[in-house]
Amino acid sequence: MTAPRHAALKLAGADPDPADERREVPGGHVTRNPGMPLDLDLVLAQRVNRSAVERRAATLPGRRTVKKQWQAAWLLRAVSCIDLTTLSGDDTAGNVRRLCAKAMHPIRPDLERTLGVEQLHITTGAVCVYHQLVAVAVEALAGSNVPVAAVSTGFPAGLSPLATRIAEVKASVAAGAREIDIVITRGHVLTGNWHALYDEVRAFRDACGESHMKTILGTGDLATLTNVARASMVAMMAGADFIKTSTGKEGVNATLPISLVMVRMIREYFEQTGFAIGYKPAGGIRSAKNSLEYLYLMKEELGDRWLRPDLFRFGASGLLTDIERQLEHFATGRYAAAHRQPMV
Amino acid sequence: MAASTVAGIFESMEYGPAPESDKPALAWIAQHEASFGHFIGGAWTKPAKGARFDVIDPATGQILAKVAQGSKGDADVAVKAARKALPAWRKLSGHQRARHLYALARSVQRNARLLAVLESMDNGKSIRETRDIDIPLVARHFYHHAGWAQLLETEFPGYHGAGVVGQIIPWNFPLLMLAWKVAPALAAGCTVILKPAEFTPLTALAFAELAAEAGLPPGVLNILTGDGSTGAALVDHPDVDKLAFTGSTDVGRIIRKATAGSGKKLSLELGGKSPFIVFEDADLDSVVEGVVDAIWFNQGQVCCAGSRLLMQEGIADKLVTKLRARMEKLRVGSPLDKAIDMGAIVAPVQLERIRSLVEQGAKDGAELWQPTWAVPKEGCFYPPTLFTNVAPSSTIAQVEIFGPVLVSMSFRTPEEAVALANNTPFGLAASIWSENINLALDVAPKVKAGVVWINCTNLFDAAAGFGGYRESGYGREGGREGMWEYLKADWTGRKPEAGSRKPDNAKKKIVAAKARSSSGLRLPASDASQVDRTPKLFIAGKQARPDSGYSIPIIAANGAHAGDVGDGNRKDIRNAVEAARNAASGWARSTGHNRGQILYYIAENLSARAAEFAARIRDLTGRDGKGEVDATIARLFTYAAWADKWDGQVHQTPIRGVTLAMNEPIGVVGVAAPAEYPLLGFISTIVPAIATGNTVVAIPSQHHPLAVTDFYQVLETSDVPAGVVNIVTGRRDELAKVLAEHDDVDAIWYFGTADGVRACEMASTGNMKQAWCEGFTRDWSGAEQGEGREFLRRATQVKNIWIPYGE
Repeated sequence: MTAPRHAALKLAGADPDPADERREVPGGHVTRNPGMPLDLDLVLAQRVNRSAVERRAATLPGRRTVKKQWQAAWLLRAVSCIDLTTLSGDDTAGNVRRLCAKAMHPIRPDLERTLGVEQLHITTGAVCVYHQLVAVAVEALAGSNVPVAAVSTGFPAGLSPLATRIAEVKASVAAGAREIDIVITRGHVLTGNWHALYDEVRAFRDACGESHMKTILGTGDLATLTNVARASMVAMMAGADFIKTSTGKEGVNATLPISLVMVRMIREYFEQTGFAIGYKPAGGIRSAKNSLEYLYLMKEELGDRWLRPDLFRFGASGLLTDIERQLEHFATGRYAAAHRQPMV
Repeated sequence: MAASTVAGIFESMEYGPAPESDKPALAWIAQHEASFGHFIGGAWTKPAKGARFDVIDPATGQILAKVAQGSKGDADVAVKAARKALPAWRKLSGHQRARHLYALARSVQRNARLLAVLESMDNGKSIRETRDIDIPLVARHFYHHAGWAQLLETEFPGYHGAGVVGQIIPWNFPLLMLAWKVAPALAAGCTVILKPAEFTPLTALAFAELAAEAGLPPGVLNILTGDGSTGAALVDHPDVDKLAFTGSTDVGRIIRKATAGSGKKLSLELGGKSPFIVFEDADLDSVVEGVVDAIWFNQGQVCCAGSRLLMQEGIADKLVTKLRARMEKLRVGSPLDKAIDMGAIVAPVQLERIRSLVEQGAKDGAELWQPTWAVPKEGCFYPPTLFTNVAPSSTIAQVEIFGPVLVSMSFRTPEEAVALANNTPFGLAASIWSENINLALDVAPKVKAGVVWINCTNLFDAAAGFGGYRESGYGREGGREGMWEYLKADWTGRKPEAGSRKPDNAKKKIVAAKARSSSGLRLPASDASQVDRTPKLFIAGKQARPDSGYSIPIIAANGAHAGDVGDGNRKDIRNAVEAARNAASGWARSTGHNRGQILYYIAENLSARAAEFAARIRDLTGRDGKGEVDATIARLFTYAAWADKWDGQVHQTPIRGVTLAMNEPIGVVGVAAPAEYPLLGFISTIVPAIATGNTVVAIPSQHHPLAVTDFYQVLETSDVPAGVVNIVTGRRDELAKVLAEHDDVDAIWYFGTADGVRACEMASTGNMKQAWCEGFTRDWSGAEQGEGREFLRRATQVKNIWIPYGE
């Protein structure tokens, strides 16, 4: 595995130097991943040592920290990468509009002024809703650059008929969702049916058209880290723009060890093909401190380019409020209360 | 946009400074007016000669404090304080000592951050490591050993503390090494004089103060600061019962020589050049982090650092590419910055050593690679460094660099990996990476190392022993195995002092016999009616003529000529060691059951000829021969019984996994058997060695070797594989010295005169072989002194294999 396997897929901007397997990271615009034929050798070559991964994940937050204005800036960056999400059975147009308003102005104007960041016009990365509420969100976000992401394909279990799932993707795209978060059939991973997984994800990707596809692996259901690694690799081969941990509905959602495995697969795929895939941990990320740990992970394992919303998102709802409290503390020197932050 | 505004950082996403405050540590130093004496007898003591030296922060070059330069006089005062405190401390119950150790652990935790910051400033290591690794392990060590104090009477019956202990520790983990030394000593009921390293004495002094506050009685723990000459004063002090040293192999060698014949117990934890073996089926991304933890932990100033990267050829290029990418991400800077990976090198002299070895490596043709970023110009900093295309013969592949410098080589097969791993005089640690448990568990026992980490590296815990094979030293620290280093058997206390053995008249006899022999005079044989028997040597399963062509006449108890034995010389020893080496790996691999069967068979065959051996022993010694033969058969049964029961342990370390403490044979053991019992003494010493999988080169009692030369036939008829037992008769002390000097002998056991003890211990330093040398008389006929666990412990070394698991 010393040479890129699929020379045809090389990017114009990618460095083809055969002496160095590493590739140049795209500076500005990320070229979309067209996918590649299923390469089972590469899938099955992925091995993950759980104890070693857990050790790296456990020690990383102790190796890096940011303080003072660095912390404030990094937290603002985290805000810009949030897919502000509501995925509840009781969602209505009313609470989704409220969510969209918050997504466009996640930071209180007085705080923005104190931090000197008004000119950055910070918004969240996207608003993430069920298909039924895509139209409401698109309308509410009109005029902003905040895209709407729709969870799709029989979210969260992903077990409705394939044709229904594909139709759901198309419907959300038609309703204006620029991003589609699809879920995979976890059974394909548990039974080692990589062909079926590949075909399924490929079909969703085709249905997405110009909308970007985030592939939810449901890592909490995948049993082993080696399964997480292999499923990540298949999803990228099938054309995922992002790989995402969880629906938020599994018993275990995003964790640092699972994230470490997934971002290492992104690196491997990048080294193999030259295409940069995004990463979205989702579920369970509620504290500002925890969000910084994910940023350290991205910076250390993949590099600075993966600290921007086109290659990194948090799937979260409560996280924003905790970040606002920390920012207020930085700005005022006083510890902040949640009820003083504008509600989502 | 200014780089350090919030908006500027939002774009750059750089890390900023994250300094830990040095104020509390500086305040503690200021409380002492930045000048320290020794801590002796529970109080600060001015150095006798008044001399002090500077302690320097290697990251800034600033002088932190002045510390006393210990003299011989100071060492004497400290030893006297420890001796004075010993009776009361020893008399405490295990429970009472446990309370003291528990209080020390609590005190370390209460003062954790002060100790972490002080350690970082003194040593240059990162606050992350001192905060997250060093200090928590210190507390853990005291907790664990509070437990051993509590359990001492029940878990180590028949043993008590070794007495006054001198401990000399290095600068790379100052407080952690203190804990590793002090905790087991105090638990065992010893009192301590500890000399911290010259570069890093501050946390030891802080700890002494905390210990006094926590109620540790005065004199139980004394801190003597100073340089190598202070350490030498402690080593040479006649009233020290036990020495424990961690440091370089060169200094370990000096200490072994200085203490030869002194009767001081000695444990040495020395250098290493530990292999880090990566098989092609490993999780390579995890391997990369393993390498970071192996060689860029503590700036590579770690005795067990995985400093030789051995990569299977198929993945070597890929791994090197990944490593280089990872190295670009490492951050070197102020040790008190909470977001750096590597701090400062301990001192300019060490930085210079690293620089010159790296230059040497590049000159020797290896390919040097360092990250593109630069280390701080001020202070002692050195970047992470990777050498590829390193020849095993080059200097950087052989010597311990003790810096952030990794040398890498490739291998083709597991066998070649093992050969490269073992191609070093050292044997401290090894790390093995493979997702194939069959492969990893096959390689682990083949690597000569006291600690083996599978798919992990540099894990430490108080419950698992740490220590080396070969020139990495002997003795273990931590776990049950570590406690033995600070204990001695109660019966040794009951015995009269060493040297009470009746003057050994062997030499006189030999000289007389030799004179007769060379004059051609032949004494009448004791029984002329028998066909002449010419005992030879026993080497590689065959009877071999001595190289010298000379024989030594043996005199019976009644003064008659009992026969002649070969006059073995150094070439015979050479041949015997070669035979033992050739047999070693096969014998070590044989099952305990199989070894036990052979020992039973020896007993059976000896029993069949019991009357003949009894008569021989009676003729030679004038004593009851039947009693000795019966005792010998019983002893063979004892070790046949033990052969499949000398189990290791699974230690309770804080990982999801198992830590196997395996009892492995030492290898080739040279034995100079005791003179008192011609057959029983011989069997009592060689059989525990072979029962546990060692091969031996034995020198039988020089007074009465005929009982052993008769025994050749028993060995020949008992299925003992060739080379497992080799016997060279002749002049014991001369032959023992050749064995002790031999670089392919792994241990020397000598039971003889005080002079012989001294000579053997002195000669053992060539390859730092384990030396078990006694100049006093044991009661070989009894079970308490003549057999059992003590012998089995001597015959084996503990290898701790860490195996984390989880899919």
